[in-house]
Amino acid sequence: MSELDALTIDEARRRLRARQVTATELAQAALERIERTEPALHAFITPTPELALAQARAADERLAAGDAPALCGIPLAIKDVILTKGVRTTAGSKILESFVAPYDATVAQRLRDAGAVFVGKANCDEFAMGSSNENSGYGPARNPWDVARVPGGSSGGSAVAVSSRQALGALGTDTGGSIRQPAAHSGIVGLKPTYGRVSRYGVIAYASSLDQVGPLAQNVRDAAFLLETIAGHDPFDSTSVAQPVPAYAEQLDAGITGMRIGLPKEYFVEGMQPEVADAVRAAVSQLQSLGAVVEDVSLPHTEYAVPAYYLIATAEASSNLARYDGTRYGLRVDHGHGLLDMYRQTRGAGFGPEVKRRIMLGTYALSAGYYDAYYLKAQKVRTLIRRDFDAVFARCQAIITPTTPTTAFQLGSKITDPLEMYLSDIFTISVNLAGLPGLSLPCGFDSNGMPIGLQIVARPFDELTVLQTAYAYEQSTDWHRKQPKI
Amino acid sequence: MAITRDDVRHIALLARLPLSADEETALTEQLDHILAHFQRLDDLDTDAVEPTAHIAPMATPFRDDVVTNPPDPEAWLANSPNHDGRFFKVPKIIE
Repeated sequence: MSELDALTIDEARRRLRARQVTATELAQAALERIERTEPALHAFITPTPELALAQARAADERLAAGDAPALCGIPLAIKDVILTKGVRTTAGSKILESFVAPYDATVAQRLRDAGAVFVGKANCDEFAMGSSNENSGYGPARNPWDVARVPGGSSGGSAVAVSSRQALGALGTDTGGSIRQPAAHSGIVGLKPTYGRVSRYGVIAYASSLDQVGPLAQNVRDAAFLLETIAGHDPFDSTSVAQPVPAYAEQLDAGITGMRIGLPKEYFVEGMQPEVADAVRAAVSQLQSLGAVVEDVSLPHTEYAVPAYYLIATAEASSNLARYDGTRYGLRVDHGHGLLDMYRQTRGAGFGPEVKRRIMLGTYALSAGYYDAYYLKAQKVRTLIRRDFDAVFARCQAIITPTTPTTAFQLGSKITDPLEMYLSDIFTISVNLAGLPGLSLPCGFDSNGMPIGLQIVARPFDELTVLQTAYAYEQSTDWHRKQPKI
Repeated sequence: MAITRDDVRHIALLARLPLSADEETALTEQLDHILAHFQRLDDLDTDAVEPTAHIAPMATPFRDDVVTNPPDPEAWLANSPNHDGRFFKVPKIIE
């Protein structure tokens, strides 16, 4: 069924309510497309066709009864770090290969309550650690625009599912760019909310002071629908913040006349792909023609973001991943040489190379004598990075940058050099360290036909400005209507 | 600051990771390279800077001390690699 090609969440909602299509038909179309395209794309670790069809039947009943909640009957992909009750949830790791989630993450529960249909658990880098999806314990997802290239990571499968229309939307998580970078590489919209905006309860932890759940979607309005469904305070997450959640999708059309937007000079660096810089500069002109006032600004501590991030994230990861020891759930490897040996054999067999590397780096950074030099130092640098943004936001309502220094790279091209891979996150990481909302949306294609992403950042809890700015730009272009041929 | 192979072995023990000789070699080199790049943080004088953990000003939230998620031992044991009744089983710790 080619119907999915033409559908957004917004359009599907209308047609479902008008009874022009049923939730079951939509679910079947998504499942057929998944079956047809998965051999090339591998966007899913665990497709969930039975669950999807059951949820679709329930959605059809609610639609027939005139009692349809916001996302009733909408097929979605859920990143496999988000717990979904009764469904295998692996975090992309072999250490959780047979783990069946005993409860729902709050975000999964909210989507279920909103009537959504879960077509599968999306592929990702192991424990969300990676920028290419190549660290998945189940093999990489591939970019639908060119299957020889990475889709980005860590929420690569979520981005691929949306970009290739295997689902109408997806949830991902973003610790250092893991929603925005794959969204940019896959030609879709991805939004990382303000830290504390969305509950992390039931989300398998990587770096707890940075992790945040957010939507991936074909366009800005769809992202707004997903965000307003999952956002809001959750008593089960003590870091979630009690701030009212606006009805984003209703307020997208405010326009950007007179809006002051900062363009930070540190985000146009040597070594970046010229076509990316050109596309972003063209987007700047476009925003100016829409009435925005764009001014050059500086975020002087940008060059320190990658080291600060990789010290904080790995330190927190080394602590968070201590729980995978073969005792209570997940893999156990026991050769009969006692408890310590069981821990070590289990972790040695269950974790992949990048996860081991980050645990090692983080353990070192937290080990006796080094805490002040590394973790505490990085937390202080985080304050300096946050102050850079505060200074710009005293004058500007939004900041725009490229999402990534290059478009999607070839599979295998960076996997042997961890530091080079880490540097591919250079434009997204500061936003996590400062806890800000950030969105990537398509702003062009390079000469290889690969999508380019524009990043929009705003003040804490001001997702509305991010979405309104993105919407104004999107409505004046047709990048978001381009689809890969799959 | 150079990372030595002995450092890597020590950290691997703390992290409960068994490393092959090849992994020790690779990680010694990689961690050294990564940390050398990260040394640039020392350029910054942060003596008077407070660390940031959460961007919103938050105090620890409190709630009443009542059970909100009823215990369901069967569900929690369902994923366990080895259990006996309502107990997780592990290898003997004390001889």
